[in-house]
Amino acid sequence: MAENKASRGFFGTLKAHLPDIILILSLLVFSGLLILMFSLFRPLGDRVTVEVEGVTVATYSLSADGEYEIGEGNRLVIEGGEAYISWADCPDHICIRTGRISRVGETVICLPNKVAVTVRGEGGPDLVS
Amino acid sequence: MGKTKRLVTLALFTSVALMLSFIESRIPAFVAIPGVKMGLANIATVFALYRLGVRDAIYISTLRVALSSLLFGSVSSFIYAIVGASLSLLAMVMVKWLTPLSSVSVSCIGGVVHNIGQVLAALLILRTDVVLYYLPALLLSGTVAGAVIGVAGGLLIKRINPREI
Repeated sequence: MAENKASRGFFGTLKAHLPDIILILSLLVFSGLLILMFSLFRPLGDRVTVEVEGVTVATYSLSADGEYEIGEGNRLVIEGGEAYISWADCPDHICIRTGRISRVGETVICLPNKVAVTVRGEGGPDLVS
Repeated sequence: MGKTKRLVTLALFTSVALMLSFIESRIPAFVAIPGVKMGLANIATVFALYRLGVRDAIYISTLRVALSSLLFGSVSSFIYAIVGASLSLLAMVMVKWLTPLSSVSVSCIGGVVHNIGQVLAALLILRTDVVLYYLPALLLSGTVAGAVIGVAGGLLIKRINPREI
């Protein structure tokens, strides 16, 4: 197969190719900006919805403390206006390590168990139809 | 390249990619965001793309994804992986063919598209658009991971004698 000069990668020649630097930098800047836009300054929500495989199975108010089982694999805790997963049977425990959510649009997701907990409220997530 | 040599080469590449995938699966998740990973196995994909050609890269990549989800994954991990890997390979082939960008950028774009593909798959499987909130972080990690893998692949492309592989 043809191996053009550009395929050597810039560490190969120790000389950076300009288009590469431009591309990578702009990708980094772009995603960095997206992250800032999405994460800061969102309003506190008043409730959380629990979706399993896309079906909303429960909605809980954030103002009432409680502990709820989601199916057999996750346990949801509402405490002090925040929600978090306290126990799960998935291998990586990413859902637990996500920590507490309280702002509109924030989510805790457990992919293996197909669970999504989302904060809803005024000024809701921009992407919900 | 003779038929036998090609067959053996493809098998070796697939095995190496599989081992890299396995090693990576044993590393506990870095960040509390599903889908963030280095994509070590893609070093083999990138190298194959530049040295063995598009068709062989497709073979290696697809076989590796199928085997790794069969051996240490699940059906749902297979779906996410195959969608991500296919779109990623498609994007890399297009970028390599249409632009003069180096292997680092090709791999970078491969990483980004891979994550976009996985978000798309999650969108369809979970039926909730909430997963889109993870997209910015995944774009960032995809760019960084893709670039690092691209550098590693570039080093291999440069160092391994074209007459051997």
